[in-house]
Formats: sequence, C-alpha cells, structure tokens
Amino acid sequence: MEQPETRGLIERLQSRGGRRLVIGIPALWLAVFFLIPFLIVLKISFAEPRLSIPPYTPLLSWLHGLPVPRFHLSGYRYLFTDPLYLRSYLYSVMVAAVSTLLCLGLGYPMAYAIARAGEAWRTFLLMLIVLPFWTSFLLRVYAWIGLLQNDGLVNNVLMSLGLIRHPVTLLQTDFSLYIGIVYSYLPYMILPLYANLEKHDPALLEAAADLGARPLRAFLRVTLPQSLPGIAAGSLLVFIPAVGEYVIPTLLGRTDQIMIGRMLSDEFFDNRDWPVASGVAILILLLLVVPIVLLQRVERRELESEAEAEAETQVQARVEI
Amino acid sequence: MSGRGLFSRTALVLGLVFLYVPILSLIVYSFNNSRLVTVWDAAHSPTLKWYGVLLSDGQVLDAAWLSLRVAICAATTSAVLGTLAGTALARFGAFRGRSLLLGMTTAPIVMPEVISGLSLLLFFVVVEHAIGWPRGMGALTITLAHVSFCMAYVTVVIQSRLAGFDESLEEAAQDLGARPAKVFWRITLPLILPAVLAGWLLAFTLSWDDLVISQFVAGPGSSTLPMVIFSKVRLGVSPDVNALATLMVSVVASGVVIATLWMRHRQRRRERDMQLAAVANL
Repeated sequence: MEQPETRGLIERLQSRGGRRLVIGIPALWLAVFFLIPFLIVLKISFAEPRLSIPPYTPLLSWLHGLPVPRFHLSGYRYLFTDPLYLRSYLYSVMVAAVSTLLCLGLGYPMAYAIARAGEAWRTFLLMLIVLPFWTSFLLRVYAWIGLLQNDGLVNNVLMSLGLIRHPVTLLQTDFSLYIGIVYSYLPYMILPLYANLEKHDPALLEAAADLGARPLRAFLRVTLPQSLPGIAAGSLLVFIPAVGEYVIPTLLGRTDQIMIGRMLSDEFFDNRDWPVASGVAILILLLLVVPIVLLQRVERRELESEAEAEAETQVQARVEI
Repeated sequence: MSGRGLFSRTALVLGLVFLYVPILSLIVYSFNNSRLVTVWDAAHSPTLKWYGVLLSDGQVLDAAWLSLRVAICAATTSAVLGTLAGTALARFGAFRGRSLLLGMTTAPIVMPEVISGLSLLLFFVVVEHAIGWPRGMGALTITLAHVSFCMAYVTVVIQSRLAGFDESLEEAAQDLGARPAKVFWRITLPLILPAVLAGWLLAFTLSWDDLVISQFVAGPGSSTLPMVIFSKVRLGVSPDVNALATLMVSVVASGVVIATLWMRHRQRRRERDMQLAAVANL
C-alpha cells in the first residue's frame, strides 16, 4: 500500500512514541517502587544504627568540603558471629526444603490424577484447587489453630478413635508449621505440575506398555523425566516464598526457634535496628538469587517449548490440509 | 495402570479433604454459640450471634473500609500498568531493556514479603526525609506498595493471554491501515479484556489479603482488615473471626463460580462463532 511520505513519517514517530510510553510507564513505576527500594536496603545494610531520624548513620560524610564514604560492616558482623542468626538461617532453609518435598509428595499424584481425569472433571477439579488460593491466606492459616489446639478437632477425633488418651500438643511445633506451609503452598506445586502433565502424550505410555514395560517402570522412565520441568517450577515456587515466610511460623510455628523472615521483622519493629534488618534482607536475597534465576530459566524454557509445540501443530495442520 | 490410577486418585481425594476441612471448620464454628471455638454448644447453636458481634465492631468495619478503598485503587492502577507491561513483553519483540522489565515484573511475585515490605518502608522514609512526600504512612503508601506487587501478577496474566493469541488479527488490521494505537483499542484490548478483568480481580484479592507488606508501610494510624484479624488471632481463636471468614469465603466462592461459568459461556460462544465462520468459508 502506497502512503504519502510525510504521513508515514509522522505515524512512525507516533507509534514509536506510543511504544516508548507502553514500555516506559510500567518500567518507570517498577524502577521507582521496586528497584530503588532495594538499593536503599543495600545502602542501609552498610550503615550503623544511631538514635536519630532516620535511625542510621549516613554513608557519606563531609570532611573539609569533600565527601567521605563510610561503610560499616557491623550489621553483617553481627549476623555472622551471633549463632542465633546462623541457626535461624539454617532452620529456615531446612523448613522450606522439607515443606517443598512434602508438597511435591502430595501434589504430584494430585496433579497426575487431575491431568488424567475427563475433560468435564478437569475444569471442576482445577477450580477446587484454585479456590482456596482466592480466599484469605491469613484466615486459612488461622483455621488450623482451631483444628490443632489441645481441645481442637484433630485431638478430639484421635481421642474418640482411641488412638491417644490425652491431648497431644500439636500447635507451635514443627508439625503444625509444616501443616501450615504445605496447606498454604500446595496449589503453587499442583498448578505447574498439572500444566506439564496435561501436555504428555498418552501414546508414549501405551507404547511403553506395548513394549512390555510395567506401569511403575513406564512411569519412572517416561512420565517422570518428562515432568521434570514441572517439578522444578513447582518446587521453586514453594521453596522461595517459604524461606522468608512470616505469618505461618508466627501463628503455628515453634516459639523457641524463629525463621529468618520473623527475625527480620523483629529486628526492625522490636529492636529498631534498621541496618541489621536490612542486612538480614540482603542475606535472604543472596540465598534466593540462585533459586529465583533458576525459576525464571525454567519458566522461559516452558514458554518456549509451548511456542515450539504450537508451531509444530500448526505446521502439522497445514501439512494435513 | 489401574493401580497407579487408584493411588493418584486417593491422593487427590485426601488432598482435597486436606484443603477444604479447615475452611469448612471455620464456617461450621462461626454458627457456634460457645466462645470456645472448639466446643460445640449444641443447646444454643446454630446462632448468628458472632455475625452480630462482628458487624457492630467499629474497628473491624473501619479496617474493612480502608482495605476496600486500597484494594480498588491498587487493583485499578495495577490493571492499567500490568496491561501495558504485558503488552510490551508479549508483542514488542526484543526491545532494549526487555529482560530488565521481565525480571522486574516477575521478581515481586516470588520475593519474600518481608523484604518487599521492608524495602518499600525504607524507601518511603528516605524519600519523605528528602522531599517531604509522602506525608506520613497510611492509605496512600499502602496502595502504592500493593500496586508494585499486584501489577506483576496482572502482567503475567496479560502476557500469557496474549501469547495464546496469534498476531494475525492485529497484523491484518495494521495492513488495512489502522494505526498501532487504534489496533490496540479496537483489536487487542477487546481480545484480552477477560484477562484484564481476571487480572483486576486477582490484584484486588491480593491487595485485600495482604498482611505483611501492609504492616510495614501502614504507619501507626491506619490498620487494614488483615492487620486487625492478625492482631486478634495472635491472642488466640475468636469466633467473630470465624464469622468474618465465612462471609469472605462465601463472597469469593460465589464470585469465582460466576466468573468460571461466564468464561465458559464466552468460550462456547467463541467456539460456535469459529465453527460458523469455518462453515461460511466452505
């Protein structure tokens, strides 16, 4: 189509300006309200606490008209020498890892059953998995306090079954903590696993069966390796937020061993030590950098393989026509 | 085959029981007369007593009103920003800074909330110290903080929706001489409108439910609903919280069911249109 030269130019300028706005507005927002705040946390982690507003030392001080940088490592020294922090750090990683495994153990067969269910059932079952996700996280965790306390439903049921004589302390133990985390993060495990398992071609399993593989062997050799990206995505989606979890350990967890997210919050609100709180934040981030990068890579690969699969089916469709 | 089918189906049923028993117990005990949440007072239950207590609690009502205002503003802002970002990521090819934008829109989703909360509070304090804005913490800072993580979710929703459509319609409109802005308003936006609405709803719920980030940036004067619930719950179980939970669960459940039915209806209509078009082409 022929267009007058000037109109084309104006249009191109306009569309380029439009493009810039579409990219620029959200990018600017995220830079201001996401990126810069992190740089501030990094900066404050190198300061020292003092009684002032804001309660930390400036990183630059002026000496004879020249700026002098003043980095303090006292916040970090604290974090590495006080065994309290180290223990809480290791405890958080352990809790997150065990919760991830528990979610995987429960979530995998659930996702598998949904992926193999009939079409009408699948929508309904997926809705059942997603529905709790839409209701208040806090209230769902709260529900477990009522269920697990000494005169709660779980103890009452166990006693009426004759399995125990006296109520067992379930609340504020590792048990209740794991229950809470698995309960809250299970959908994060199931959804990516389902998305992966649903794409599998049942013909492959049939082929394996025809070749004499027993179901378990076929599962281990065919289904499991194919679902590794789903396992990775689901596990990372559980592990990453679980490390820094604050609400569940506060309501359901042990009182003698706190997790790192609670540590950060206590340092900030109770001790008013901004540099140490910032240092804890930086350490959590350092711990999570590798899992976060891995997650992004897995998700990108899944997207690309989806696009490839789509292109393939399109080509196939065309060939068939 | 059937052995494993049985195993996975059993796991599914048990898992669903695990997911739903706590919610059902919340609902059941909200009608219990006893203050002890776990003891069922059969003589005087079911009762609506705790709903009355809840609805005459000024603190809860104020907090709910604040949460509602914040959630509507945050969801609307993040729907706009997320639609822009999602469109840029799905449709603009490889532009400079794309991976930075992608990283910044996915990171808030997995970021531990304590870190987001701390960083935003420190940011607001530093900025206020430097330029005198925002004056104190409150509804404004909560809303701004919520937008930054809610828009990330909207971006993902929009992006995956756009990835599901091929670009042929938009290209066709462009070939027919429509300007990019017009293509967006007339073709792209109507196509992704359900996703924008879904993103808005998701953002609304996320903002409505957020506790940790709000706790950091709320300041002493203002409390959102989750903050009030949390301070009640930390002192132990209280039946009016069960009543509140029941109200919230029923609103969400009916909303999700209606939305699912509506989406399915739309999809069927689309499929029928496609079939009609295919028939017409023959």
